[in-house]
Amino acid sequence: MAHERQNPAFYALLAVLIFMSVGPVLLMFVNSFKLDVDIIGGTTGLIFLPTIQNYETALCDILWYELDHLEFCSLKFGGALINSLIISLISTGLTLVIGCMAAYALVRFRFFGRDTVSLTTLMVRMVPPAVLLVPVFGLWNNEFCIGKTTLVGGWIRDVFGGRGDVCLAGTHSGIIIIYVAMNLPFVIWILQSFIVQVPRSLEEAARVDGAGPFQVFFKIVLPLIQPGLAAAAIFTFRIAWNEYLLASALSDRNTKTVPILIVNNMSEFNVEWGVIMATGMLLAVPPIIFTLFASRQIITGMTAGAVKG
Amino acid sequence: MTAQTFNRMTPYLFLAPAAITMGIALLYPLGYMVYGSFRDWDPSQNISETDFVGLKNYVTLFFDPAFRESLSVTLVFAFTVVVAEMVIGVGLALLLDRNIRGISVLRTLFILPMMIAPVVVGLMWRYMYHPTVGTFNKTLKSLGFDGVDWLGQHALLSVIIADIWQWTPFILILALAALQSLPASALEAARIDGATAWQQIWHIKLPLMMPVLVVTALLRLIDAFKVLEVILVMTEGGPGLSTEIVALRISRTATEFRELGTAAAMSNYLLILLLILTLAMFAIARIQDARTARLARQVQEEG
Repeated sequence: MAHERQNPAFYALLAVLIFMSVGPVLLMFVNSFKLDVDIIGGTTGLIFLPTIQNYETALCDILWYELDHLEFCSLKFGGALINSLIISLISTGLTLVIGCMAAYALVRFRFFGRDTVSLTTLMVRMVPPAVLLVPVFGLWNNEFCIGKTTLVGGWIRDVFGGRGDVCLAGTHSGIIIIYVAMNLPFVIWILQSFIVQVPRSLEEAARVDGAGPFQVFFKIVLPLIQPGLAAAAIFTFRIAWNEYLLASALSDRNTKTVPILIVNNMSEFNVEWGVIMATGMLLAVPPIIFTLFASRQIITGMTAGAVKG
Repeated sequence: MTAQTFNRMTPYLFLAPAAITMGIALLYPLGYMVYGSFRDWDPSQNISETDFVGLKNYVTLFFDPAFRESLSVTLVFAFTVVVAEMVIGVGLALLLDRNIRGISVLRTLFILPMMIAPVVVGLMWRYMYHPTVGTFNKTLKSLGFDGVDWLGQHALLSVIIADIWQWTPFILILALAALQSLPASALEAARIDGATAWQQIWHIKLPLMMPVLVVTALLRLIDAFKVLEVILVMTEGGPGLSTEIVALRISRTATEFRELGTAAAMSNYLLILLLILTLAMFAIARIQDARTARLARQVQEEG
């Protein structure tokens, strides 16, 4: 394909646009390697001594060596990072498996209640996390509990952790289940458009050869919709990884995720810019990696998600 | 179980996990919220211990100046943001719709802002807006101007700018996709007839893109009502109530004021608003489908 020559003003516009969209991220990246003195001090320039001290401060609780500049490790960032990883990986996996099966059922089978299910799925897509905050907070803390008097409750508390009377709130599973539910409508919806494209004859051939519906699904359909799965996985992971509001309502001291930690440290009066930028950078790394390596899938997912409303 | 009943049960077996999860963690909570919004509800209480108060929460909210303020802030924020993003995004798409080298690299760089956590976006912009340390004021001062009190006097505007930065690329990419799927024959015909670039845009490209653009705008509008973290990190709703959007007010009512009933009623107001928007989106999509089907039929009959 031949490329047209463009006028220089066009390239100037492109350069400005790129600078505008990447600039803030680069700024954060650079600042995360500066000491607070350098950030606050008058030197706006790029001349400074890069240091990884901010990252060391942030990750102090999982580093294997002692830090000289820090007497006490107050920021439990490492733990939060691990929590974030556990929660978002498990919820992404679960959402994909469950969502895939549901999407397959909705596309390939005609059954009683199909329209209701697909309409409900479409409608709940618009429910914002803020709306779920109140009921989920109430339910997870008061209703979805195992009473503290029962034997099982005590055992679960000892083995899996959680609050005194063993509720869903304060456990990893409590946060995971709400993320799975929140992401399902979108994933089901996006995968439907990919499953429709799988040729029916392929499935029928497998069925003639004696494969059951589950075998057909796992051995024929799943491998064929891999691009769709990749797009769905990235979007689900991104939401679970970035979400703040529900996690902050449902987590306790031991299940805090990274966004909560950042918000808590921001609202204090004296912000330590260097450290906070380093934590922000660490939170931003997985999405940035996805963007750089899977932008094609992301764009496919985005257009499929929007164009068909 | 015979093979026949197994086959009939298959779709339900496939659906069951999704249905159960969404039932427990989405639909049941929503019902619970509607129920709770009619009650005088404190976080420490079990909902069965609360008193039924009828529509009191809704009526109180309706006459509550603070809630009205935050509702109007939300509406101003959402509509300004969507209009600005649509204008800039579509404009840029029309400019960038050329056959240039490295367009995929460009798209990759543009989706970066959307993928990053809202919390981090808020953090970056809070730093850049900072009155003394921030990038903007440092630049202004080095050029000899006075610094601007971004997150003080112009808080809403600053928040809007940050959202435009984050989400214009979304519109841009969808508009680019729509532009590239336009029928080449229509554009070719216009060019042969001697239409100028402007005429092509006004009379051919924009009308043909309209269906996609309307849905995109509505989708973005629904999302704009969900924005919370960026504003929370940048301003915490302040100064005063100037950037306190409804979502933020819900979370504050629930956690700081500890009035779950009121917060539930507020969530319901927000939900109704979004429901109307979603239904509008479906209706528009349905109408557009019907129109294209009718046009296709006409073409067939004439041909």
